[in-house]
Amino acid sequence: MTPAPGTAPAAATQDDVLAVRNLDVTVGGRTLVEDVGFTIRAGERVGLIGESGSGKSLTALSVMGLLPEGLRASGSVRLAGVDHDLVGADEARMSRVRGKEIAMVFQEPMTALNPTMRVGRQIAEVLLIHRTRPDRASARAAAVELLAQVGLPDPGAAAQAYPHQFSGGQRQRVVLAIALANDPALLVCDEPTTALDVTVQARVLDLIVRGVQDRRSAMLFITHDLAVVATACERVMVMYGGRLVESGPVREVFTRPRHRYTQGLIGASDLTVVDDRGRLATIRGSVPPAGRFPAGCVFRNRCDHATEVCATRPEWIPTGPDSGYACFHPVPGSAAPGATTPTNQEAGRG
Amino acid sequence: MIVRLVQRIAILLASLAVSSVLVFAFMAVLPGDPARVALGTSASDSAVAQLRQEFGLDRPLVAQYLSWVRGLVTFAPGNSYISHAPIGPQLADRLQVTLWLVGTGMVIACLLALPLGTLMAVRHRKPSGLVLSALSQVGVAIPAFLAGILLITVFAVGLGWLPANGWTPPDQDPVLFLKQLVMPALSLGIVQAAVVTRYVRSAVLDVLREDYLRTARAKGLRPTRALLRHGLRNAAVPVVTVLALQLATLLVGSVVIERVFVIPGLGSLLLDSVANRDLIVVQDVVMIIAMAVLLVNFLVDMVYLLIDPRLRGGGS
Amino acid sequence: MSVQEREATVASAVSADRKRRRPVTGSLLVGGLIVAAVIGMALLSFVWTPHDPTLVDPSVRLQEPSSDYWFGTDKFGRDVFSQILVGSRTTLFVGFVAVGVAALIGVPLGIVAGMAPRWCGELLMRGNDLLLAFPALLLAIMFAAVYGAGTLVAMVAIGIASIPHFARLIRGGTLQIMRTEYVIAARAAGRGPFAIAVRHVLPNVSGLVIVQASVGFAIAVLAEAALSFLGFGTPPPTPSWGRMLQESQELLSIAPRLAVFPGVAIAVAVLGFNLLGDGLRDRFDPKLEDRR
Repeated sequence: MTPAPGTAPAAATQDDVLAVRNLDVTVGGRTLVEDVGFTIRAGERVGLIGESGSGKSLTALSVMGLLPEGLRASGSVRLAGVDHDLVGADEARMSRVRGKEIAMVFQEPMTALNPTMRVGRQIAEVLLIHRTRPDRASARAAAVELLAQVGLPDPGAAAQAYPHQFSGGQRQRVVLAIALANDPALLVCDEPTTALDVTVQARVLDLIVRGVQDRRSAMLFITHDLAVVATACERVMVMYGGRLVESGPVREVFTRPRHRYTQGLIGASDLTVVDDRGRLATIRGSVPPAGRFPAGCVFRNRCDHATEVCATRPEWIPTGPDSGYACFHPVPGSAAPGATTPTNQEAGRG
Repeated sequence: MIVRLVQRIAILLASLAVSSVLVFAFMAVLPGDPARVALGTSASDSAVAQLRQEFGLDRPLVAQYLSWVRGLVTFAPGNSYISHAPIGPQLADRLQVTLWLVGTGMVIACLLALPLGTLMAVRHRKPSGLVLSALSQVGVAIPAFLAGILLITVFAVGLGWLPANGWTPPDQDPVLFLKQLVMPALSLGIVQAAVVTRYVRSAVLDVLREDYLRTARAKGLRPTRALLRHGLRNAAVPVVTVLALQLATLLVGSVVIERVFVIPGLGSLLLDSVANRDLIVVQDVVMIIAMAVLLVNFLVDMVYLLIDPRLRGGGS
Repeated sequence: MSVQEREATVASAVSADRKRRRPVTGSLLVGGLIVAAVIGMALLSFVWTPHDPTLVDPSVRLQEPSSDYWFGTDKFGRDVFSQILVGSRTTLFVGFVAVGVAALIGVPLGIVAGMAPRWCGELLMRGNDLLLAFPALLLAIMFAAVYGAGTLVAMVAIGIASIPHFARLIRGGTLQIMRTEYVIAARAAGRGPFAIAVRHVLPNVSGLVIVQASVGFAIAVLAEAALSFLGFGTPPPTPSWGRMLQESQELLSIAPRLAVFPGVAIAVAVLGFNLLGDGLRDRFDPKLEDRR
């Protein structure tokens, strides 16, 4: 195995909230996430995109230390203000960090809340666990205030209600209120709008972005929806086959992708681009099952540009302080966007 | 909430009515003449006729049924066909003894099953969890009366620590009462515990996989506290269900256990009455057990409403 | 929540327990072996037993285990090993009749309740639930009081008491199958309810029936042992493990082994049927496919 090329180039600075280095996630003998490295600066909103099975959720759960039983993370995850590595930290230490320094919004709002506990208590609990409010009464008052912040009508009554009395969108707001309660330095969102009705997606997304902006929190936003990233994030990282394949400012990556996978992903998401037979653009083949990606470049079995050299592992090629890609046959960078690359990416899809 | 309560009470009353008709019909219609049965085939026709008249067995069945139900409802269920003694006080005495047994057995079962089942779930991949699982599987396979016999063999016959059998009311000699209660209650409790443990385990395993438990940990609760605070209440619904279903098993199990330990409970009364062909007592005891089961089912429905807000329906 | 919803909760809790693919299907293997051994013993007892299991011989009362009497003899001088062998027949006979009665009534009842209009199905299940108030042992004692003690009476009673478990489970399975597209398609094509029940529902719930049969077998074996112990089961001289236990009780201080052999036999047989049921559920439970 080649030595750690995937690690993002930017050196850790005072400014970094999160620094992930050489993160691997394995189960049994299979590697699900391989050599992922990146940093997130204070207040920065970073998107992590990829198809299902690309390892993006596992990356997020590794940061939280909440990997499912049987999966093992190795490498390093450092959080500003926490004097130990989050990888391999024991539950006692992690429980002090979770809910306070890092918080998380999950994909499935219908099941993320305890059905037998009043919503207000579930919010107040996170304040009391970390003793950010002195007593029950003030925690309860803060919970009502948080419910108001996430835009629930009649927050006082809402605090007294049980989760089943809310819709999916409203429950996701409650989950967001819990996550934001202690003004975390980093908010991790794992597909927070995917399970919601299209009509409420934009509203919840807006609340999330406003919430982190108000608190100057950084955000790691996981999604497969390019439009959502374009709306919510400043920087984007693309994952495929358990590796980071490209990263950079949203505008740059979406308009001038370098990695062939990113190029395909953007092409596939654009419903205005059809080939000469009138079909929508897709990426050839399908995502292999976890741990069954080809050696070398993980994308080469689906890539039209793959050559023999792709059987070896591509180096990470930095193109800026926060950007780079890992591809032997990148989309030509200086030239205008290629013919297959759509040009209207940031426009009007929020 | 009120609607639900009224509905449940109606179902309870209907169930009680239907099951009493079933029991009465089964005992009164099928076997022929209870007076003849009670007196035996050698009795003279006039003796049988006299008994029939004494107990109103010559009346229409509907009238007999109504007076039987009235007797049960007013706690005055008439006299035995055999001894002619009133059944009521005897039933009350016997029921009390059985309730001690069943109650203690249930407490033992819960004390063992709730922590062990939770532990088994939390450690379901570790050797200790697997060993506990295997043990519970073996425990389920042991009949309660066999457990009783084994306990007697070890603690009464072998070590001589406890009396092998017998029963003393608690107000007569509390110490002896406890000594005599230990083994029968353990026999019932341990075997029940094995059954309940397996349900607790799967209920907790289910809860451990729930998203809200992950949410709880993401809030900063350690796994154990997350399970205690957010998991147990949610795991309680299936566990309470099983406890209620098992109560019927315990009541019937005590019939056998009373025989093993020579305890004068409801079960002994039932068995003796069957042996004596005292069908009215059999009918009463069977009905009491059925009533107890139905009543517990009703109470469990109420407990659900307390546990799970989703069942209360609509607003708060 | 009604009894049926509650049982559904329990069923899902139990099936959830098995959602994880366990690496070993050890329970199926061990359970199958034990059940095969019990069947083997019963078959063997037809052609060979070391002694006549019912032969009373006062000259060899209470013998310790020896090469001649492998498990020793009881207070009447009967060979314990031979009794255990022949007793396995009683055990299997009881299980087959009880499970047969329960399945023959419970399965059609469950399918009808699952296919009937909702109110009708609910009503059937309410009646079905009433039976739960009369546990197997109680019903058997009632039957014994009325018809006299006997193996067949006991087994029929145990079978009737097991009906609600079959009916409840099969109704649940039927409801699931009635929602599948092939049944909807068959109904749209004008197939009658009987044809749907036979061609679509029955084959699909057969797995559930087999699982419940195995568990019901274990329940029947336990109940027969308890009934024989109480004197309401198999009458002498037919050997029965439960009655062997009962006969051993007065001799506990002298010959505890007389309780050990039939006790172990009962426990192992019940364990075998339970394990087999668990293992079969791993294979047949349709809920396994629903969620990951």
